Amino acid sequence: MQALIGFTLLLLFQVFGEALSRVLPLQLPGPVIGLLLLWPALSNTWILQHVRAVAEFLLANLSLLFVPVGVGVIIHLDVLGPIWWQVGLILLLSTLLGLVVTVAVLVGLFRREGDDG
Amino acid sequence: MADFVELWTYLSATPLFGLTATLLVYVMCASVYQHYDQSPWLNPVLWSIVLIGASLLWLGLPYQRYFSGAQFIHFLLGPAVVSLALPLWLRRTELRQHFGRLVLAGFLGGAVSALSAYGLARWLLLPESVALSLIPKSVTAPVAMGLAQSIGGIPELAAVFAVLSGLIGALLARSLFALIRVGQTKEDWTRRGFALGTVSHGIGAARAIQVNPQAGAYAGLALAMQVVLASLWIPALFVFFG
Repeated sequence: MQALIGFTLLLLFQVFGEALSRVLPLQLPGPVIGLLLLWPALSNTWILQHVRAVAEFLLANLSLLFVPVGVGVIIHLDVLGPIWWQVGLILLLSTLLGLVVTVAVLVGLFRREGDDG
Repeated sequence: MADFVELWTYLSATPLFGLTATLLVYVMCASVYQHYDQSPWLNPVLWSIVLIGASLLWLGLPYQRYFSGAQFIHFLLGPAVVSLALPLWLRRTELRQHFGRLVLAGFLGGAVSALSAYGLARWLLLPESVALSLIPKSVTAPVAMGLAQSIGGIPELAAVFAVLSGLIGALLARSLFALIRVGQTKEDWTRRGFALGTVSHGIGAARAIQVNPQAGAYAGLALAMQVVLASLWIPALFVFFG
């Protein structure tokens, strides 16, 4: 029951998010607004307890949720076929570069804090 | 034999087929992954996509028919994005303490990854629609699709690029971090996790959660942060330059 109430709460926050994303001039997707609304709402213990029961399950199995859309690659093979090595190279380089930059920024910023204190 | 063909034709046309196939293949791939010490090369998302995709092509089944069942799993991405509020809430003290630095690292990492991909795509003379679809690649697939649409990319292609970026991070992060000498202290795991969540969203975070709890928590935080940051800066950039 707890997980069921939690799931209903997640859907309700998503519905609020979807509704707001239609009304607001911002281009934030509905689920993202739902996330931003739920975040402060978790200070309520009742909401936290119920959401936690289902959120932990969803996040622990998050990678499964990418399978259906990932299989969608097969309908784009005609677009990707002729440019597969360029796309592969771009994704490889930009992803590795992003990882290095993020780590480097964190190392740089936290070292400065260490020097100060 | 005719009965078997008839039965197969019936079963493969129901939504039950796509849903069951996705769960069955994923559970098998995940078991193999667990059994072999979570070797990055046995990533269950990668192998599930390869096995299901190849089977559909081999059997001549259209993706739409598969998706009519798999959409029930796909649908959960929305509530999953909402539930990312949980790791943000649970780490609120650390987040408040390091808020500015984490936002800066997440923004720079995500933006460098996105813009380097766009720049390379233009340099390699790829079509503009493909180059634009590469920009939201560090954001979790459902949000990447919406963002791609808003800037003139192709949503389905953006989803595929996001999934591939996730897989690249999950597969290669360990070797890359060894190469650039990121160690294994608590702070190092924080950085590793945060970086993986920033560029490789949910797939990277799923990997980080399995490798180290500290890395997993920060990957979840980075993934949630990237969703919010990218949803703000990507459309803003296009309003500004468009």
